[in-house]
Amino acid sequence: MKILVCIKQVPQKDAPLRLNPEGTWIRDDVSWETNEPDAYALEEALRQKEKHGGEVAVITAGPARSQQVLREALAKGADRAIHLEDDRFAQMDAANTARALAAAIEGENFDLIVTGLQSDDFGAAQTGVLLAEILGIPHATIIIGIEKTDTGLKLKRELEAGHYQHIEMTMPAVLTIQSGINKLRYATLIGIKQAKMKPMRKVAWAEVEGKLSKSVQKIEKLYVPGSQKKTRKIEAPAGEAAKQVVEYLKETARVL
Amino acid sequence: MMGSFGSPDLCMADLILVVAEQRDATPANQLAGGPGGKLNRVSFETVAAAQAIAKETGWAVEVVLPGSGIAGLAQELAAKAVGKVYALEADALAAYTSDAYVHALKTFIGEKQPKLVLFPHTYQVRDFAPRLALALDRTLISDATGYKFEGGALKFTRQMFQGKFAADVSFGGDAPWMATVQIGAFRGDQAFSSDGSVPVESVTAMVADGPARVTPHEVFQEAKQTVDLSQAEVIVAVGRGIKEQKNMVLAENLAAALGGEVAASRPICDNGWLPLERQIGSSGQTVAPKLYIALGVSGAIQHIVGMKGARTIVAINKDPEAPIFEIADVAVVGDLFQVVPALTEEIKKAKGS
Repeated sequence: MKILVCIKQVPQKDAPLRLNPEGTWIRDDVSWETNEPDAYALEEALRQKEKHGGEVAVITAGPARSQQVLREALAKGADRAIHLEDDRFAQMDAANTARALAAAIEGENFDLIVTGLQSDDFGAAQTGVLLAEILGIPHATIIIGIEKTDTGLKLKRELEAGHYQHIEMTMPAVLTIQSGINKLRYATLIGIKQAKMKPMRKVAWAEVEGKLSKSVQKIEKLYVPGSQKKTRKIEAPAGEAAKQVVEYLKETARVL
Repeated sequence: MMGSFGSPDLCMADLILVVAEQRDATPANQLAGGPGGKLNRVSFETVAAAQAIAKETGWAVEVVLPGSGIAGLAQELAAKAVGKVYALEADALAAYTSDAYVHALKTFIGEKQPKLVLFPHTYQVRDFAPRLALALDRTLISDATGYKFEGGALKFTRQMFQGKFAADVSFGGDAPWMATVQIGAFRGDQAFSSDGSVPVESVTAMVADGPARVTPHEVFQEAKQTVDLSQAEVIVAVGRGIKEQKNMVLAENLAAALGGEVAASRPICDNGWLPLERQIGSSGQTVAPKLYIALGVSGAIQHIVGMKGARTIVAINKDPEAPIFEIADVAVVGDLFQVVPALTEEIKKAKGS
């Protein structure tokens, strides 16, 4: 199988985030990591390749710093990488990101494209689905199990509240992968060494610009949301904090 | 073919179209004599959102329910104060596939030309709505928690960066504008009821011919549930902040002192530290206990939607900016490894007295 994994670099989970002066995006001086569901998508692609043969390519759209997530993917076992490199990809909406990805892989004809079900930054959960629409191929979302059959794929979809569904679909296809579908591997030392020799194709903004559309949704303002409740804040040494919580539970909430 | 959106001023109706959702409207269920499936109750939350927007904009509200054999379910929607309910029917809509839903709704929306299309942010909607929006050459704002109507422009508020920030997002292009509404953001039981005169119209859906690309099978649950967290009065929930499996005992001891149940956010269950049936959030259980104590839970949207109905929420987290604090009644900023043992002791003392 020829598999493409779409991955994104996002701020580290516990990184303190600050807004830019315009209040339209975060400041760039934070630590970054691979979007967690995308890491699971990569792991699933590597496992499918190990079972059925073929190749795994990884792609991202982002500034120079985002090359790091491609390097890590190559170190874990991906065969080659594609980097749409430009600062303007960082805040791009899902539709244009999907258009850029589609333009960068024109003529590649992947059997399977996988990506995380959503990103930890935008959280729109749209890019994978939109990529399928642009490529004119079927898709399935929130996938928690993949089995290749003679005719295509047998998949396990996660639904709400502990429900699941099996579906069968034809290939080529795009799947969005749920976290927890597998156990992530670590890169080995030899993998990290080999990664330096693997091909990394750079795609410039100008090469895909013609395929992009005017962005039709715009973040007017980004801000720290106000508390939705009258929150009692406790910042005290552990013993004192515990006493105050118990007092609240007894006197105010009356649950003790 | 769908109508042209080329001249919005001429043909665009001042209409909000709510796309409602049903489940299990299968031929077998209809033969059994029941209503043939059931509405996803979050459809009423989206009706409430549409009614709230309509109040400010003066636009009309109509509802469309896709499926097969769903006349009875459409009648249930007609109990709400809306202009009209459409039962959009075709055999191909009996079992959900994104292809059939996109095709049927693309044609229907193309004919109705609403200003705004609202969906509940369900797993099913996540599966087809982005594709539908692009097929209509429009955009979809997903998982909106609220809206703003200022100076004639409609903006939706949504969470970003795992709930650390909120964003006001506007539409740059022409209507129909499309958005999905976060589960729990509006109260379904507060949707205005009708006086009983809402017409229900059955519409035959246009669906693609040609071989199906996706074959859906029955929906199922894994193992039988051994615990029903929705009935628990006290829940102690664990998040990534617990760090290691051996630390789970801190939560177990606290839960035992309170006579409550232990639960967790998704990553903890993914690690196998607790069974999946104890996962709280959109893919797990939705709970509303009297007391919910969150230990090292950051408060990502997917977790919050499963527990924000709790009466009293106590959150313990070392990060003063953790989004969980936005919905907490008591926010303890501190090291859970020190606070939780102390709290367990204090609770034992309080209960003993």
